[in-house]
Amino acid sequence: MNPARTAQALKHFRADTHIHTCLSPCGDLEMGPRDVAAQSRHAGLDMIAVCDHNSVENAGAVMRAGDHVGLAVLPGLEICSREEVHVVALFETLEAAHQMQEFVYARLPGENQREIWGEQIVANEKNEVLGENLRLLIGATTLNLYEIVRQVHAFGGLCIASHVDRPAYSLIGNLGFIPPDLDIDGIEVSFRVPLCRARQSVNGIAGYPCVTASDAHFLKDIGRAWYGLQVAAPCFAELRMALKEENGRRIITN
Amino acid sequence: MDLGVHPGRIGNHLQCRIYGRIEALMKTQDLIDRFGLTAAAGKDGTDREIAGGYCGDLLSEVMANAPIGCVWMTIQVHQNIVAVAVLREMAAIVLAMDNQPDPETCEKADRENIPILLYSGTSYELAGKLYAAGIVNETAGQ
Repeated sequence: MNPARTAQALKHFRADTHIHTCLSPCGDLEMGPRDVAAQSRHAGLDMIAVCDHNSVENAGAVMRAGDHVGLAVLPGLEICSREEVHVVALFETLEAAHQMQEFVYARLPGENQREIWGEQIVANEKNEVLGENLRLLIGATTLNLYEIVRQVHAFGGLCIASHVDRPAYSLIGNLGFIPPDLDIDGIEVSFRVPLCRARQSVNGIAGYPCVTASDAHFLKDIGRAWYGLQVAAPCFAELRMALKEENGRRIITN
Repeated sequence: MDLGVHPGRIGNHLQCRIYGRIEALMKTQDLIDRFGLTAAAGKDGTDREIAGGYCGDLLSEVMANAPIGCVWMTIQVHQNIVAVAVLREMAAIVLAMDNQPDPETCEKADRENIPILLYSGTSYELAGKLYAAGIVNETAGQ
């Protein structure tokens, strides 16, 4: 097949694969599933991933809300390793994401104290409150980075190191540099670093697929960072190919 | 009232600070013997002299700020701690609070001759003891 012709069949989409909801204790209560989907569409995004801290309990609701407004939504979670490094885990199906969640929950000690960390609201696609998560979602799991990456891959997911340009809760901030034997699928820079300048601004990321994300905890922050995808459709399988630069798919960094 | 200031201890302290570089520097092996530390790896490197101390768990920050030749107290156990220690030419790494190094960390430490010492108490507690014993950074008080 002619690669040039394949590329012509591809289109450009806007993606933000790291957005929180009201389930994250630090997430604003206005981040209900319906409004996260609506605001993402309003901001011109074609695909988002819902990545609350150590939990996927609101992902299904945002996926259904996304269906209503024509927004592709991937289920995910932002896992905190024992090194206190944050990594985003993305999945193709809600079932796979839930399997990862159960693996994480079994290794996540502590109970939330809402007056200290904030509320952890589980809601449906109509923004109706279904309940409260009582776990210490803001906490660190007992899993090291390698165990997390291995398990995410075992469930068919993708693992992207969160906001590596930040001083804390980041792969480079906490561990000094990216361990060469860590089988990470990509790295994410925060909205503070323009994606086109990421490789110049952040040391040690040259060999890794690089994206950016809003990491929105407030509705107003949705859209402050996104990346372009050259793919056939905004979906998990195409994102995977784009990260690996297969079949003409790619992350658009300029 | 006993302020915990004893002439003998002051004498030791001053001796280490003033003459220490010439005659009384502490080596990693002295650290093990005096403070009940256990060497988990890098045992061939315990003959190095200690030139200060540092506490920190964000490796990027330790890489930037730890004094050359120091003993470093941390709770991180990932193998990258050995690379940081090599970079800052550290005398030893102390894992506080009973944290155990990963197997790969021990392998690297053995290869690089960086002693990894285990301590059951907190970094704060050990740092206090080391400071009192005269392990003071050259920039202390600046």
